[in-house]
Amino acid sequence: MISKLDPGLEREIEDRSGQKARLCYQCGKCSTGCLFNFAMDILPHKAIKLVQYGQKERLLASETIWLCAACETCTARCPNDIDVARVIDSLREIALEEGIKTADKNIPLFHKCFIGNIQATGRISEPILMGSYKTLSGDLFSDIGLAVEMLRKGKIKLIPSVVKSHRELRRIFKETKK
Amino acid sequence: MKHYSFFPGCSQLSSAREYGVSAVEVAEALELHLEPLKDWNCCGASSAHMTNHFLSVSLPGRDLALAKEKDRDLVVICASCYNNLRSAQNQILTDSTLAGRVKHIVGKDIRFEGKIVTLLDLIMEEVGLEELRRRVKQPLEGLKPVSYYGCLMSRPRGMMDNDDPDNPTFMDDLLSTIGAEVKPWSYKADCCGGSLSLTRTDIVVTLVNRLFRAAEEAGANCIVTACPMCLANLEMRQGEGKFAFPQEYDLPVFFFTELLGLALGLEKAEEWFSRHLIDPRPLLARSGLSRSIE
Repeated sequence: MISKLDPGLEREIEDRSGQKARLCYQCGKCSTGCLFNFAMDILPHKAIKLVQYGQKERLLASETIWLCAACETCTARCPNDIDVARVIDSLREIALEEGIKTADKNIPLFHKCFIGNIQATGRISEPILMGSYKTLSGDLFSDIGLAVEMLRKGKIKLIPSVVKSHRELRRIFKETKK
Repeated sequence: MKHYSFFPGCSQLSSAREYGVSAVEVAEALELHLEPLKDWNCCGASSAHMTNHFLSVSLPGRDLALAKEKDRDLVVICASCYNNLRSAQNQILTDSTLAGRVKHIVGKDIRFEGKIVTLLDLIMEEVGLEELRRRVKQPLEGLKPVSYYGCLMSRPRGMMDNDDPDNPTFMDDLLSTIGAEVKPWSYKADCCGGSLSLTRTDIVVTLVNRLFRAAEEAGANCIVTACPMCLANLEMRQGEGKFAFPQEYDLPVFFFTELLGLALGLEKAEEWFSRHLIDPRPLLARSGLSRSIE
C-alpha cells in the first residue's frame, strides 16, 4: 500500500524532533532490538524509511506509532545516532494534532486521561487515572482482581496528593495547549 | 552529611511508597540527605512526551526551576522521572529558543545547571563500594538476584554518562558488595512494557512472563529493580486477570534500596516488604534474613 506522497514529512519530523531520518541506511538494528516488534504493523526501520518516502497517511494510521513504549532501545543502538523513539513521538503528536483516526483507540485515550490527571491535581493519582481511563474506555472489569489486591496491600492512595500552585500549573496547560 | 534536592515522583506516593521511603532512609544512613523539592509536579511521564513535546519540557521545566532555587544537585529515583528531567534539562540548556518559551510559561528561571543523578549513581560516586562493604551489617547471603535496571534509567537519550546502556553493571556491583549472589542474564535493560500496562495488557503480560522465565533460567530467586513502573508491571502482570489475580512465578521483586536497607541493618526494612504483591518475606525468612515468620 502506497499512500499519497507528502514531500514535507521528513522536514516536519526534523523541525519537531531535530532528527534526520535521511541518515538511516536501513541496518535494521532498531527493529531487531525492539521489544514490541512482534505486535507492530510497521517495523521501526521501515517507519523511518516511510518518513524518507513521505508516507505520512500510512504512518499516522499505523498501530506502530502507538505501540512504541519509548524504551529507547532503538535510540541507544542506532549507528547513525537517530533518536528513533523521538521520531515516533513526533508522529504521534502530528496524528493527534491533525485529528487522524488512530489505529488504536485506547492508548491515545490513556494518554489523555493521564494528562488530564496532571492538569487536575499536578501529580498522578492512581484512583483518578485508573477511574477515568476505565470508565471512558468501557473496560471496567478487567483489573478488578488486581485493584482488590492493590487496595489490600495499601498500594492505592485514595486521597490524591495535590500541587498547591494551581495558577502555575494552569498556565503551563493553557500555554502548551494545541 | 551531604545535602541534595530530591524528586520523589508520583509512584512513590502510592503504589511504590516503599521505594520512596526506603530510598530516603538508606540515603540518610549513608550520610546523604535528600530534601524533597517543595510543591513539585509530575514530570509528565510517557504521556506528555508522546503527545505534546512542548508540555513535556514545560512540566519538568517547573521542577527544574524549583531545583534551581535550591541550587543543589538533584537526586531522582524513578527511571521515567529521571529520563524526563534530564531530557528537559538538556533541551533547556542547549536550545535557547525553547528555553525562552518555557521560561515565559513557567515564570521562573528554569536554567538549572546542577547535576541530575539517580540514587544508584550517587551511591556509587559518593559512597563507593569499599565504604559500602564496610557498612554492611547483614550480608545478603542466600539471595540470588538478577538486576533489572529499567530501560529509562540505563539509557537516557544520548546522555548516558556512567554505565553501559546495553549492559549496565552498577546494580550488579552494588548487590554483590552487600553479599548477594548476583546471577548474570541478558535481560537487564529489556523493557517491561511500561505505560502499555492498562491499554495493551496482553503485550505487557508477554514481556513480563519472558522476564520471569529468563530470571528462573538464570538461577535467580528474586529480581531487583530501580524503576517503580518495572516493579509494578512485574508484580501485576503475570496474567491478564479479571476477578482472580494470577501469579504463576513466585519470584519476589525488590527495589534495590530495600535490599540495601536490609543489608545496612535498618530497623524499618521489615515494614517495606509487607507492601509487595509477590510477598518476599518467605524468601527472606528461608534465607535467614528476616525476623518475620513464613
